[in-house]
Amino acid sequence: MSTRMTLGLAAVVLAPIVGGLIRGLDRVLTARLQGRQGPPLLQPFFDIIKLFQKEPVVVNRTQVFYAYLHLALIALATFMLATGGDALMLLFILAFSTLALVIGAMSVRSPFSRIGAQREIVMMVAYEPILILMVIGFYLANGSFRLQSVYEASRPMLLSLPLVFIAYLSVVMIKFQKSPFDLATSHHAHQEIVKGVTLEFAGPYLGMIELAHCYEAAFFLGLAGLFWATNAWMAALLAAAVFAVTLLLDNLCARLTTHWMFRFMWTVVFGLALTNIIWLYWR
Amino acid sequence: MLQQFGLKKSPWVVHFNCNSCNGCDIELLACLSPLYDLERFGVIHVGNPKHADVLLVTGSVNHRNARVLKNVYDQMPEPKAIVAVGVCASTGGIFRDCYNVLGGIEEVVPVDVFVPGCPARPEAVIDGIVRAAEKLELRRRGQPVSRPSLVPETHEPTPNPAAPPETVPATLASPAAPVAAPAELAKTP
Repeated sequence: MSTRMTLGLAAVVLAPIVGGLIRGLDRVLTARLQGRQGPPLLQPFFDIIKLFQKEPVVVNRTQVFYAYLHLALIALATFMLATGGDALMLLFILAFSTLALVIGAMSVRSPFSRIGAQREIVMMVAYEPILILMVIGFYLANGSFRLQSVYEASRPMLLSLPLVFIAYLSVVMIKFQKSPFDLATSHHAHQEIVKGVTLEFAGPYLGMIELAHCYEAAFFLGLAGLFWATNAWMAALLAAAVFAVTLLLDNLCARLTTHWMFRFMWTVVFGLALTNIIWLYWR
Repeated sequence: MLQQFGLKKSPWVVHFNCNSCNGCDIELLACLSPLYDLERFGVIHVGNPKHADVLLVTGSVNHRNARVLKNVYDQMPEPKAIVAVGVCASTGGIFRDCYNVLGGIEEVVPVDVFVPGCPARPEAVIDGIVRAAEKLELRRRGQPVSRPSLVPETHEPTPNPAAPPETVPATLASPAAPVAAPAELAKTP
């Protein structure tokens, strides 16, 4: 087994652990910001262990299949990120992972689940162009779509893509379901669509989705670290900064509408990223 | 090894208002506030019985909502526990004699923990949820779980066959020497 393969497998094993700790830290810090003591740091792990001990309750088999697929594809995306695979393929797998969740939520008759799924689609439409511009930015800076070129680059990506990095910040906020973008599902408060996408998943299948969220947390902060891949410490610092900004804005903002999010992402954020790409192209 | 951390540490609750005056409901929501912070026990207030482990019921059961309560209970995946919050949920409370009220929620679903109070204090609610979480863990292991009863048990001291028969100490068995009456009492007629 080559070194890259080992690295990829290690990432698949370690990502949920790191992601769970990130989510636990998120809950503790959010509680402290609200003047509460908050749950233990390991709470996401307790939740997942509990969910796997519950009775499996399913509405239909389609749902179960897509819960597995959602988890498997995000794990594959993590593997590809660690091994430095093709960035365009990575985006495709990532999109299909989210799409699996959407189809799973669409396969039941609950209106809340379906509204959640529709919002998830709008969110995807809002953030996918930014991710594609980010990958194009990597290509313009390094001359390759493979992430390996980013790892081997002598110059940190952040210096070439500062505006894309700011745009990426809002993508992370959407993916983490943070205010003002916590539209499709939310953990800690009742909202008008109860639990949205994850509403009809129960027991171990909800546990799988929670596990997939842990992968997502690790994956997207890892991708943030990619902007300074030349130095591991700087990469970690960058990821921590993204996490801190996300957490702070989550506690500062109220939830806004999907229309607002769509307009914001396609004008301000898309404009930022595009400006960076044009500058990089004509440099 | 890891299994023991699951249910006890993460009881997600769903709240169902049966027929309550909202007193208990407000106290229940106060539990989630920074002062009491129920989340430090890993509790999340979910809006969906499918995600919940503990069902919190406030208010008494009537003919209309008995079916709904049963439905919510049936939707929760095993293992699950029920907490009756406040006297109305426990016995029917002051509404017990109303023509439409069936009584406490025990008429419809099996109750694991009764939380007293009108309204129940947040501390008592937190205690009830933590006890329910312990019962969840017992239920997962397949151990017998005792159900509380509101009917007071009569406490007859049961004879213990293992103990030796009660013997009266010799000093007490013999009749004590008669106490001499006080002089002044003896004088008065």
